[in-house]
Amino acid sequence: MALQQFAPIAALIILAVVLTFIISNISTIFGPSNNTSRKTAPYESGMQPIGVGMRRMPVKFYLIGVLFILFDIEVIFFLPWAVVFRDLGFYGLAVMGLFFFILTIGLIYEWKKGALEWE
Amino acid sequence: MIPPLWMFLTVAAALFSIGAFGVLARKNAVAVLMSVELMLNAVNINLVAFWRFGETAPSVIGQSFAAFVLVIAAAEAAVGLAIIIAIYRTRQSVVVDDVDMLKW
Amino acid sequence: MTFNELSWEALAFGAFTILTLGGALGVVFNRNLVRGAVWLVVSLFGVAGFFVLLSAPFLAAVQVLVYIGAIGILFTFAVMLTRSMTNLSERFNKQAWLSALAAVTLFLLILLAVIAPIFGEIAAPSSEVVATTEDLGVALVSGDKFVLPFEVASLLLTAAMIGAIVIAREED
Repeated sequence: MALQQFAPIAALIILAVVLTFIISNISTIFGPSNNTSRKTAPYESGMQPIGVGMRRMPVKFYLIGVLFILFDIEVIFFLPWAVVFRDLGFYGLAVMGLFFFILTIGLIYEWKKGALEWE
Repeated sequence: MIPPLWMFLTVAAALFSIGAFGVLARKNAVAVLMSVELMLNAVNINLVAFWRFGETAPSVIGQSFAAFVLVIAAAEAAVGLAIIIAIYRTRQSVVVDDVDMLKW
Repeated sequence: MTFNELSWEALAFGAFTILTLGGALGVVFNRNLVRGAVWLVVSLFGVAGFFVLLSAPFLAAVQVLVYIGAIGILFTFAVMLTRSMTNLSERFNKQAWLSALAAVTLFLLILLAVIAPIFGEIAAPSSEVVATTEDLGVALVSGDKFVLPFEVASLLLTAAMIGAIVIAREED
């Protein structure tokens, strides 16, 4: 596998990094900056902020994240299987069916437990 | 022409050592898990490097081993972080030194 | 090796080394865990680059998709949920110097005792023919290769999913 094949991907990544850096920093580099403690406060003419700025988030975000990661992992197995799907025939379909069936059991369990609810 | 095998192995060894230092020295449990991920990645570099340099006929043993390591790393991260969140909820702390109830 | 002989592969190797090891040092030494998660993504990206260099582009894509896309997000969520980034006072425990000594010793030991004497001579891959993603797909489901680990992996994923959600859920 020649490295030259990946030149477009490298160009895309470099472009993305450089462009993100420019866009996110151009106003601080070229704009006037006159920071006082009052100007950087969240509410310029409001109440004094109390406590830490970061509040604890509901754990539901993490549950959705776990479900996402475990179904994202399947791409490791599904993608190589899918490129040779036609050659494998019924046997490949059965093997992948068993794989998918076991994962679906877990999903059904979560569904019944109410982990997918968002109240 | 890719660099020789020992360069890949050296980078993987350095990555593994940095991860081991993080596991041993960090206080925050989330940082410890991040360091474990670094160590798993070092192992993956080694597996793929040996596969690339060692095989004489096309085989997929190293690549599929690395893929299974990836799967197990993801499962480990999901369960490990869930345990850290549960500990945080009951003890209000993610410092590993605070969770010593099993220690006599 | 003069500069003219410096190939694209060598340049890419240097860049990926800097990304991987620099990101790893950022993870270990950063006080702010959100920044630590971003450094972790940088390091994992360097590892994906190594997979490209080693002719495993499928693993590189999976590394970006699964590690950077999913595990990076999961770590960021965990930092958010435990509010651990506000506890910036102490990074290391009491055994930090001892751990640093152990890590450096481990690295030197691997380098001098394993890598240099055993694998120092191997300069090039023994064959230019490498397996493709198609071969991986065939091997994953064929009965004499990896079909059993393949099915067990689904069982492991199911167990991890159920376990993670049962542990992390708040009982009402």
